[in-house]
Amino acid sequence: MSDVCVVGSGPAGALVADRLASAGHDVTVLEAGPRFDGDRTARMERFIRPGDDRPVWDVGGERDAYTTGGRGYPLNAARVKGVGGSTLHWQGMVMRLHESDFRRRSRDGYGADWPIGYDDLRPYYAAAERALGVAGAADNPFAPPREEPFPMPAFPPSYSDSLFAPACERLGLTTHSVPNARNSESRDGASACVGYGTCRPVCPSGAKYTAERHVDSAAAAGATLVTEAPVQRLETDERGQRVTRAVYVHEGAERTLTADRFVLAAGGVETPRLLLLSANDHHPDGLANGSGLVGRYFTEHLFAGAGGRLGEPTRQNHVGFNTTECHGFYDDPGRGTEGTAGGIPASDADLAPMKLELLNYAGPSPVGVALESEQWGDALLERIRGAYGDHVAMGALVEQTPRPENRVTLDPEVTDDHGNPVPRVEWSLDERTRRTIERANEIQHAVLEELGADVQWTVGPDTSGPAYHHMGTTRMSRDPSAGVVDADCRCHGLDNCWIASSSVFPTGGAMNPTLTIAALALRVADSVAATL
Amino acid sequence: MELTRRDAVAALAGLGVVGAGAGAVVLDDRDAGPDGVDTAVLVAAAEVLYPSELTGVGEFVERFAAGRTREDAHREGLAAATAAVDEAARNWYDAPYPELDAETRDSVLRELGADTAEPDPDGGRAERVRYYVVNELLYALYASPVGGRLAGIENPIGHPGGTTSYRQGPTEG
Repeated sequence: MSDVCVVGSGPAGALVADRLASAGHDVTVLEAGPRFDGDRTARMERFIRPGDDRPVWDVGGERDAYTTGGRGYPLNAARVKGVGGSTLHWQGMVMRLHESDFRRRSRDGYGADWPIGYDDLRPYYAAAERALGVAGAADNPFAPPREEPFPMPAFPPSYSDSLFAPACERLGLTTHSVPNARNSESRDGASACVGYGTCRPVCPSGAKYTAERHVDSAAAAGATLVTEAPVQRLETDERGQRVTRAVYVHEGAERTLTADRFVLAAGGVETPRLLLLSANDHHPDGLANGSGLVGRYFTEHLFAGAGGRLGEPTRQNHVGFNTTECHGFYDDPGRGTEGTAGGIPASDADLAPMKLELLNYAGPSPVGVALESEQWGDALLERIRGAYGDHVAMGALVEQTPRPENRVTLDPEVTDDHGNPVPRVEWSLDERTRRTIERANEIQHAVLEELGADVQWTVGPDTSGPAYHHMGTTRMSRDPSAGVVDADCRCHGLDNCWIASSSVFPTGGAMNPTLTIAALALRVADSVAATL
Repeated sequence: MELTRRDAVAALAGLGVVGAGAGAVVLDDRDAGPDGVDTAVLVAAAEVLYPSELTGVGEFVERFAAGRTREDAHREGLAAATAAVDEAARNWYDAPYPELDAETRDSVLRELGADTAEPDPDGGRAERVRYYVVNELLYALYASPVGGRLAGIENPIGHPGGTTSYRQGPTEG
């Protein structure tokens, strides 16, 4: 019997396993997908070159079947199954949530308050930044309070950023650096970034953080990792109060793992699915589902963007990450600004948080143009020179209002490779989210026009897509009737089962979620350890 | 602009063959072309696919091809596609592809449909020639610094060119 069974080896599962194994506990990690060994330049080539239809991280097929409704959700573009989980394909942006994010209901009248506050997570945020190796700078006047410097210096602004900066200033917008989970210098044997430019979906150099680092660290501390071991269900004791066994499939046979404690870290879709698949006589609606909220409040971040051409070189697509953002509209998205050339008009609309990004990968890359062109030789080069070089673009992440009708359920009509009902993702947008996307567009257009760009495209409410951040489906609440897990992320109604995932977020804010996932995972590890 | 052996090595660096990346191997003069791949066909095709301002295409392509042995399936695809191009040249113009003049070499690729075909390593002849010949050679050039510089980018996507150039203006590059 293991002390702790961890389901999933993405960043949450990896950090929990590492922290507990390093403290001397007997930990077993069950990972549904494989370990991806070997050279990653071949996966990069798959991504860059059209025609090779194999997914970069092998997601898809019967194993990963799903259905979707509402606006429709591209689930298999949004996840990776394997050691490292979705950090294999993530961008690597790591911001702390703001203090306001923990008080959305009491502050803004919608969503839910978290049962914990920023101060509860603050030491864990610092630990998570150390663990992930964050390159950042304390130049963000809008960021929540912090004491410690970032573990590594920030990546300096791009040339493109330097073109934007005066235009932003003239409109009264303050810009600042971006914390990246990407080595700005070599660290612990991992390379500094060498600029392949394909961070998302694959970093061949290993400079971008992936949770493989903590899986390896956990294994070195004695944890057992079983890959290609999808958990089919969890079983409980005769009173239904404790999880006793994880039933999983490995090498074609059904197997069981007994443990004293269980930590579910399979992401915002598979975690609620596993709870629902584990329904039994004591828990006819699924484990930890006394509230009926397992799978509900599926929440995302929405992308809003605009871009165009400047008519002068902007030096895009040298790297695959961003170096400047503006969080000045996060806590007050309707605020107006004033600069020497006017400003952003104020809005009294009911809006959600947003963050603005200056993109370093606007427009096509030369190789992208070449591989899709019907021309070659001199004509192709002329076409590339005409297509590349003067693009600019801004992005934004927008908080989605949590709503119960956006949810993950089991679809009994479709089964996976083991005969289990697949996840069904219902996902649509509400009016506040749409308004906030429009507000982001308004600001983006103002900046691009002040910059002198010819705006050629906009991603607005009707064309927006998700940022692939799965949140909310096992929300946290002190009240067992209003949440799936308590303030320690322990499941209501189960004494020995915790959830480490963005699925516990009651609201999502508009910051990329992984640093908060990591901070919560470290906090979960402490909570589990306190019971051992 | 003259292409050099160093440019080919730089192109291979982006493919994990030389330099950064797990499993990298060092390319040296003993490396031969991949088994079964008609490198002369690749060179002859590159001479029409690449901009005319480039010279030294032969050495660049030969060195690049020598490093493209990572996956058996890819090597076999390269071999079959180069053979298909050569066969078409012999059937339609009664000469091996490398012996045709540049205009005819260009025409053979278009008559094969490689200009408009969707690249597909498992597709029909046109799709495979597009993938293994046309796009293989365009990828070698435009995902490497020498091709990037032609378009104004010293560190194109797919190449580990460091984290300096993204900060530099157009006159500093």
